[in-house]
Amino acid sequence: MHGFAETAAGALTLEHISRRFGETLALDDVSFSIVPGEIICLVGQSGCGKSSLLRIIAGVDTADSGRILLGGIEIAGNGRFVEPEDRNIGFVFQDYALFPHLTVEENVEFGLKKLPRHQARERAAMVIARIGIEALAKRYPHTLSGGEQQRVALARALAPKPRILLMDEPFSNLDRGLRERVREETVTTLRALGTTVIMVTHDPEEALSVGDKVVLMQKGRVVQISTGYDIYDHPNSLYAAEFFCPFNKIPGICRNGVIETALGAFPAALDLPEGSPALACIRPQAFRLASPGEGLPARVVRCSFLGEIEQLAIEMEGVTEPLQMRTTDRIETRPGDHLHLTIDPGGVLVFPQG
Amino acid sequence: MAGVIALLVATPILALGWEALHGSGDLWPHLLAFVLPTALAQTLTLLFGVGILVIFIGTGAAWLVTAYDFPGRGMLEWALLLPLAVPTYIIAYAYLDILHPIGAFQGVIRAVLGYSSPREFRLPDIRSMTGCIILLGFVLYPYVYITTRAMFLTQAANLVEAARTLGTRRSGIFWRVALPLARPAIAVGVSLALMEALNDIGASEFLGVKTLTVSVYTTWITRSDLPGAAQIALAMLFLVIALIVIERRARRRQRYSLTVQRSRSFAPRKLGRFMGSSALFFGLIPVLIGFVAPASYLAIEAWKRFHVAGLSGQLVSEARNTIIMSAIATAVVLAFGVTVAYAARLRPGWFSAVCYRLSAIGYAAPGTVIAIGILIPVAALDRFIDRSVIEWFGFSTGLLLIGSGAALIYAYTVRFLAISAGGAETGFSRIPISFDQAARSLGRNATGTFRNVHLPLSKTALAAAGLLVFVDCMKELPATLLLRPLNFETLATHLYGEAARGSYEEASIAALAIVLIGTLPVIILARVGRQKS
Repeated sequence: MHGFAETAAGALTLEHISRRFGETLALDDVSFSIVPGEIICLVGQSGCGKSSLLRIIAGVDTADSGRILLGGIEIAGNGRFVEPEDRNIGFVFQDYALFPHLTVEENVEFGLKKLPRHQARERAAMVIARIGIEALAKRYPHTLSGGEQQRVALARALAPKPRILLMDEPFSNLDRGLRERVREETVTTLRALGTTVIMVTHDPEEALSVGDKVVLMQKGRVVQISTGYDIYDHPNSLYAAEFFCPFNKIPGICRNGVIETALGAFPAALDLPEGSPALACIRPQAFRLASPGEGLPARVVRCSFLGEIEQLAIEMEGVTEPLQMRTTDRIETRPGDHLHLTIDPGGVLVFPQG
Repeated sequence: MAGVIALLVATPILALGWEALHGSGDLWPHLLAFVLPTALAQTLTLLFGVGILVIFIGTGAAWLVTAYDFPGRGMLEWALLLPLAVPTYIIAYAYLDILHPIGAFQGVIRAVLGYSSPREFRLPDIRSMTGCIILLGFVLYPYVYITTRAMFLTQAANLVEAARTLGTRRSGIFWRVALPLARPAIAVGVSLALMEALNDIGASEFLGVKTLTVSVYTTWITRSDLPGAAQIALAMLFLVIALIVIERRARRRQRYSLTVQRSRSFAPRKLGRFMGSSALFFGLIPVLIGFVAPASYLAIEAWKRFHVAGLSGQLVSEARNTIIMSAIATAVVLAFGVTVAYAARLRPGWFSAVCYRLSAIGYAAPGTVIAIGILIPVAALDRFIDRSVIEWFGFSTGLLLIGSGAALIYAYTVRFLAISAGGAETGFSRIPISFDQAARSLGRNATGTFRNVHLPLSKTALAAAGLLVFVDCMKELPATLLLRPLNFETLATHLYGEAARGSYEEASIAALAIVLIGTLPVIILARVGRQKS
């Protein structure tokens, strides 16, 4: 793959990007940077500003304030604005935005206008081969399936050797079964090419599985930036914790570095003031079956078998709401059954209340 | 029922073919030698010229208001639709006087340039092919403007951004993305505009262009030669079919591109003060030529006339004729259109699809073609009725169907049924088929379901269709001229009569009335467009 593999090296740096649409602050002082060859996932609920940020990086929208550096060179900020066509940033749009009047081949060639005709042809053919869509080359976009369109959009964006590739929810228009396969293929390709990628998604699993780094956003602000493992294991806020895992929240009081709750005491990693109210957040998979006489008694309210796991709703003494429990242990219970459970302290996070 | 309606609509076309084939053999050579070649050449020249002009104005205007933001853009967006309110024969009528060598406009130019008489300086005569092309172009461009703008609004935003991230400059966007993208929309708009141009009788006649439409009219009216007229009409029908084919194919291609989803609307580029005002200036030119100038001319002339002579009883009765005829036709057209559309929904299948298609055949056919096609069976039927009644009851009914205006209503129905059927179809298509099933399972029959479910849910769409039909009937000229009862005048035929005689009396009032009523659907259209954007 010589002459293709490189996305021209260049780190992207965002400094204090803000953008307002009327009353709403879509982006509020966003800063982070990306290392060449890295894949970053921007994740958050819809409307959190992640797509706006992508559009601002591409230059199809303008930030109200802040600075963008591409490979150390300022492309936006301080009154300077490099037009999108001069940035050489690739963009895969959510709806792919394939030109309906052009064939697949012509779509891929579209961004290669600066090359002489035969070189553009060659380059397009090379990318088409690399993505594995030779069979589609002469067809028009409306005759393609969703997965095929996605790959054409990827090929088109990669053809001009972008310094960085932006992808806006690139898999959200695909069926569930197809989505995972196309995602794996795409990520494998991008890794092989060493492409620097910023991908927007609203799917927590997708963010954790794809990104070298995950940037979690909420209401226009960056909540946490970290690796997938770190952001899952050590979320810096209740919001970040709950975004990636549905927690059982049990109120308690902090004393001597532990939180005391109706379900027992758990070590609190955070340094919280003595006697302050806090929440113990228990992962559904932190419950373990114990032998009778040990652990805490619990009563099954609902149970559903999901194949790989069983999901239970259980009642425990001192807690008003039913708790969610997930297990791979095959307990095969029925509503009304009584269980004895212990809680793995490794699956408990503590956050200040309120 | 839908089958009967479809048959009724198809009859004139079939009759036309039948009459043309059985026409006297010695007429055809004459037509072929003297009438058809010139008329065909003139018509094709006209269509070609109008086509180029409407593409240029319509697409340019659509891109201007979509891609750029400048003060006055919002107003311009709907103002560009206004020329739709001016029928072709009225714009010709107005400009004949405005641009007359001794009229106001040329007078001002001479005064500015320091000439004293028309003999020293005059503009080229408006009564020419070029004049006709320009005038038709400036009232028909909105067809292209509407379709193309809708395309830009729904399609262009994402694709323009995609093109820019792929290295296309702002200046290249129009040629590389927008224009190729809009090609199907432009083709649809142009074919609609050309159908109108082909339908026109007034403008070409006043401006001395001998088109096929004019030939059909004169062949029948001055030579009373029905087979001859039918033969020319048949020739026109081939042109019409060509236009329909272009339109259909373009629409099919448009559907493909519409499968692309839209996630945001077009973000126009803000222009500076100078560029902004020039954009507004250029954008206003078609509005000025196509609407403001003729409309204000008519308003002034109508006011003068009204001041001097008031409203004559004749004009009032003509207005009444126009409204009564249009109202009856609208009721019939709506009832038929709803029936056809509902049948297609109730029993989907090839039969109802064919009925629906057939019922829409008239929208492309020029009024003269339909009128001649109707004259053939209706005149025969009238003679038959007359003879039978004389034989049995001993008195003459005269020409019952033509004399009562029934033939004219029939013509309006054929010509405008597509509007109401299409409107009803659009209205119904927003109602999920599960509503029908729910109503039926709750004990309503087909009619009850229609009354209690479809009618209330689609009444806006039906009302809009009804208004369009009403206004189109009021403006209709060619079929009205051919099929109206003896000594029966509408506003449009009155205007035609005066303009043909070269007298300028009350026609300005009639014309103003038509233009004012014609702005109603334009206002609705503008509001619909606004909701979309």
